[in-house]
Amino acid sequence: MTASTHWENPLRDPRDRRLPRIAGPCGMVLFGVTGDLSRKKVMPAIYDLANRGLLPPGFSLVGFARRDWANEDFAQVVHNAVKEHARTEFREEVWRQLAEGFRFVPGNFDDDQAFNQLRRTIEELDDVRGTGGNHAFYLAIPPGFFGDVVGQLKEHGLAEPNPGAWRRVVVEKPFGHDEQSARELNATLATVFPSGSIFRIDHYLGKETVQNVLATRFANTMFEPIWNANYVDHVQITMAEDIGIAGRAGYYDGIGAARDVIQNHLLQLMSLVAMEEPTSFDAESLRIEKLKLLQSVTLPRRLDLTTARGQYAAGWQGGQKVLGFLQEDGVRKTSATETYAAITLHVDNRRWAGVPFYLRTGKRLGRRVTEVAVVFKPAPHLPFTHAATEELTHNALVIRIQPDEGMTLRFGSKVPGTQMEIRDVNMDFAYGGSFTESSAEAYERLILDVLLGDPPLFPRHAEVERSWQILDPVLDHWARKGKPEAYESGTWGPSSADAMLARDGRTWRRP
Amino acid sequence: MIELIDTDAAGIAAEFVASRLRAGSPAMSMVMTLVIVVDEDGAEDAMQVARRASHEHPARVLGVILGDARGNPQINAQVGTGAGWTGETALIRLEGEVVKHAESVVLPLLLPDSPVAIWWPADAPEDPAADPLGRLAQRRITDAAAVTRGKTRAIHLQCGSYSAGNTDLAWTRITPWRALLAAALDQQALKITGGSVTAERISPSAELLVAWLSDRLKVPFDRKGSNGPGITEVRLDSSAGPIVISRRDGRLATYSTPDHPDRPVALKRRQLPELLAEELRRLDEDDVYAATARTLMKLQRS
Repeated sequence: MTASTHWENPLRDPRDRRLPRIAGPCGMVLFGVTGDLSRKKVMPAIYDLANRGLLPPGFSLVGFARRDWANEDFAQVVHNAVKEHARTEFREEVWRQLAEGFRFVPGNFDDDQAFNQLRRTIEELDDVRGTGGNHAFYLAIPPGFFGDVVGQLKEHGLAEPNPGAWRRVVVEKPFGHDEQSARELNATLATVFPSGSIFRIDHYLGKETVQNVLATRFANTMFEPIWNANYVDHVQITMAEDIGIAGRAGYYDGIGAARDVIQNHLLQLMSLVAMEEPTSFDAESLRIEKLKLLQSVTLPRRLDLTTARGQYAAGWQGGQKVLGFLQEDGVRKTSATETYAAITLHVDNRRWAGVPFYLRTGKRLGRRVTEVAVVFKPAPHLPFTHAATEELTHNALVIRIQPDEGMTLRFGSKVPGTQMEIRDVNMDFAYGGSFTESSAEAYERLILDVLLGDPPLFPRHAEVERSWQILDPVLDHWARKGKPEAYESGTWGPSSADAMLARDGRTWRRP
Repeated sequence: MIELIDTDAAGIAAEFVASRLRAGSPAMSMVMTLVIVVDEDGAEDAMQVARRASHEHPARVLGVILGDARGNPQINAQVGTGAGWTGETALIRLEGEVVKHAESVVLPLLLPDSPVAIWWPADAPEDPAADPLGRLAQRRITDAAAVTRGKTRAIHLQCGSYSAGNTDLAWTRITPWRALLAAALDQQALKITGGSVTAERISPSAELLVAWLSDRLKVPFDRKGSNGPGITEVRLDSSAGPIVISRRDGRLATYSTPDHPDRPVALKRRQLPELLAEELRRLDEDDVYAATARTLMKLQRS
């Protein structure tokens, strides 16, 4: 490759914002091609990227799995996945551009011959497709196999790029199950790939609405002055799912809601909502601010009073009769895994001292919703009679992450036709369909960023480790306390969660 | 859709509010007003295109049909919300003297504060920024390839009367070509010594592509003819060999660069809704188009 550092492309102009960034010549090797993640997210995202003209000509996709497949069989699998799950319309010419670059390598993760063949395949692609020695290894496999795979990649010289080229590795959550295992996992990856070449996907960070949190906070004047303990009473961050574990018992049992969601998605969301303004929006500045925030996070002393957990029991969810967690296929009848988790966090800095952050997540709750609610303090003085403001609660700003993406501002307004009575009203901002149907799926954005080598949206190891440090004491506490409380499917979680907020004189928002 | 016969701007505005309340959703979160100036025959298609583009950019869409300017003034309108729109729409038919004062109907209907874009799907004024309706907008979208005659002359006229905020869909159409060419030079640092753009004989987009390449690369480019469709080949010459992107069927292109194998790349000619959506994504001045328009005028004079 040529020295790209001092090459200024005359066809590029920073003012030319119509031109998308197209990834340079490269390919991707996908481990775990038969899994849900590959079929529902990764393969469709690759097609959608190609359809939007963002993949380089010659982009190649190599599948690796223990299947007796030829290249054509693999192409068929991708074809089906794309047809079923791609966001954009299926177009023959886009498919033809991609299909020439499909390869399949059959083998086990401990099979030297297979990895030899993988190396030859990649070299062949560099030759006939012009992928330039640039390859991303996407590990869509359980973390238990990471060690085997990266070990093999190293042994067969696949992790080592030629001068001027790159090799990157992409991993998905879970990044361990506690601080210790996260360190070990990172050590495994770090022996083979330098930290700048490890991309951890937290797909929440690829969502337009999550990126919009930063835009809302730092591009406007009117939110930042009240974004602190002087005005904010508390913050609720909710990620609720209406589905159960949906056939993922093997993964979920023993992991639970806190590890599955709070450690990554919710703590990342919290750090974006609460962090200070970064000096710029490059990866390093964002990382510094996020990490600083996470380092200021503390747990309350009494974990028994400030956390709650539950396990869904049989019931009715949205008009459907559903099983309880313990009756699901593959779940141990004695399982103490929580499917609902709520925790209280404090942030020890000047901006947030005294403002609790309540994080909750659960399965089989009332409906599917992810939102951040910033709840403000009541006005210090109300020049109205008590009766006039009886229906007035706290002002709130709700950032709706999904679905129905947008923002709600809740404030008091006079009830028409009365003398002077004030009640809560909502002011809604819904950005039409633009944050949903026509905008990119999170995986498209993140996969493109991997290929471009653009890391702002990927959590770094220090953040992952710090998140576990925050969560580990809660998990230890729960492990000592027996079983989680059962809650009826289709409700908003166990009564202990309500009691947890009631102790602070607050209530959960009904999202 | 509600039909308003012999109405005025206030009547249309009142119907917007009434139909919003009827729909039970008083807040619409529209981000801009899009004015479409169109004739009776093109109105339905143009509104259809705007409807699809409105999914990405929720807008109040005002279709303005300028009828016969003689006779008594009359304003009729169809006003509606919903039904596949993410905003409000009105198709306003003007006849008689009011045709010459269309801006007086449109001005009261612009959303407060938000930007205004105007689109002429076919024939556009020679100087859109000086047009009474064009003056209301900060984004003025013409389409040289859609004028009823003199397409090449049309793009020259538009470039000649360029003013900040003007843009032409002939320019929008070449974004994928430009992206691919820029990507080619990202990958290989080659000094370009010349080249050519081959396209069907009449192609405003090809004129703009020649102008853009000459402006950026500071070398002359030839314009060659072919049977199309649209642009069929772009060639950049360098001492290491040529970079060639050729597309014969308007869908799938072949991408050849020095020292690399040929590769197929999807390069489909895009439909109007996509083009319009791209235009509405950014409403500030397009500096690169401005420079390209200047270059095109220079090339034409020389």
